[in-house]
Amino acid sequence: MWRDALVVGGKDLRVELQSRVTTTQVAPYAILVLLLFGFAFDQDHAVLTKTAAGLFWVAVLLCSLLAVQRSYAIEAVDGARDGLRLSGLDPAGIFIGKAVAVAVQLVVLEVLLGLGVVILFGTKLHDPALLILSALCATVGLAAAGTVYGMIASGLRVRETLLPLLILPVVAPVLLGATQSWMAALGTSSTDGWKWLSLLGSFAVIYVAAGILSFSTLVEES
Amino acid sequence: MTAGTGNALTRALGAATIVAVAITAWLGLVVSPPDQTQGQLVRLLYIHPAAATACYVGFGLCALASLAYLWPRTRSRRWDRLAAASAEVGVVFCVITLVTGSIWGRGSWGVWWTWDARLTLTALLLAVFIGYLALRRTGGDPEPRAKRSAVVAVVCALLVPVDHEATTWWQTLHQGNTLFRPNPLIHGLQLWSMLLSFVAYGLLFTWLLIHRYRVEVLEDRFEEEGFAAAIAERRAEGSGPATAPAVAAADGPVMEVPASEGEKTP
Repeated sequence: MWRDALVVGGKDLRVELQSRVTTTQVAPYAILVLLLFGFAFDQDHAVLTKTAAGLFWVAVLLCSLLAVQRSYAIEAVDGARDGLRLSGLDPAGIFIGKAVAVAVQLVVLEVLLGLGVVILFGTKLHDPALLILSALCATVGLAAAGTVYGMIASGLRVRETLLPLLILPVVAPVLLGATQSWMAALGTSSTDGWKWLSLLGSFAVIYVAAGILSFSTLVEES
Repeated sequence: MTAGTGNALTRALGAATIVAVAITAWLGLVVSPPDQTQGQLVRLLYIHPAAATACYVGFGLCALASLAYLWPRTRSRRWDRLAAASAEVGVVFCVITLVTGSIWGRGSWGVWWTWDARLTLTALLLAVFIGYLALRRTGGDPEPRAKRSAVVAVVCALLVPVDHEATTWWQTLHQGNTLFRPNPLIHGLQLWSMLLSFVAYGLLFTWLLIHRYRVEVLEDRFEEEGFAAAIAERRAEGSGPATAPAVAAADGPVMEVPASEGEKTP
């Protein structure tokens, strides 16, 4: 399973490195979203600083949609999906490989967006350990849920419009948990961020398990 | 198989549902007194919890039927139809729950909506099952569609227990368990009216579910037989009297099928 995951994840990341869609399209899009938030809340900079965590995670959520769509778009051409299905690779390995590739891209985008938030919104760091741990758990959860739903929608003609409808409500707990723990980590809220970290961790575990269990059915039928 | 979705059983069930809903409405709106603290708002108690329970049952049933479909030994189109029917009925009751809850919120908290854990989770539950229904509507072969939908239903239904326990796990504005506790917070006529509302909504749920399930059966039958019937109809047109093609030609081009060929086809 792990060897197959390495093969699929490595393949997806190599495709991304060569096509540079994440760096030339998704990353500028992420910064654009932050700038738009800035325009929308520019009148009151304090509001921007206070809501920075929520805005950051909304931007990540929107980018994760693009990353997931991209992850399956590369399988849609030249019968690549059939190739993947016929390759004899362990479906759980395919799931982990694709999810890790999406997660790596999301981490890169989060670093970029984090810098953007610090520079544009003027936030200050309070608890770096909580910030990094909650970002990691949230990223794993987003990547796992996105990969499961991406696979479900991958063979459909209406996948571009269906995917956001399927993913966004499902990952809403990630938005909630990650925003709350980041607000605590950035010192803009007095809530217990570690409690929200457990929600993020549970979400990630549930979706990784759901993906590993369901991917054989989904790969077969997509 | 009949072309409709009703039979003697469903008509009897429908009549029982109407009677039960009518008695609940009479007890809830006329006979039972206003509450000491909530006043007239308490009357929503005879709709809201029963609708919420029916919503949970619908989504839970959808998940169980989906699991039965995914399990190779029990795989049958019947489970897929049951999942589709129960999810749709569940969505209807979820909307009723949210609307009545919102009216209640306006009366007792002063706002139509608040970002409370129970409310937010119920809205999310509605959103994920609307997504599920959208996924079911994407067409394609029935079997892959059923498998995809079943996986989504099982994952979506994980929200149901979380939503149900929300008032215990988080500090919420929504009140906790009123009825199913060692010392219920509701007594007398209010208690009986509320219990009857569960029976009435249970009957309504079952009645809607049976009809919706039968619509699924008819849709499947239409897909299987409709195409063959359309071809047979076209062939019959081709082998009909000489005046018929002239009428058809006015609407557009008609592919002519020789009468002898049409007759040969079984």
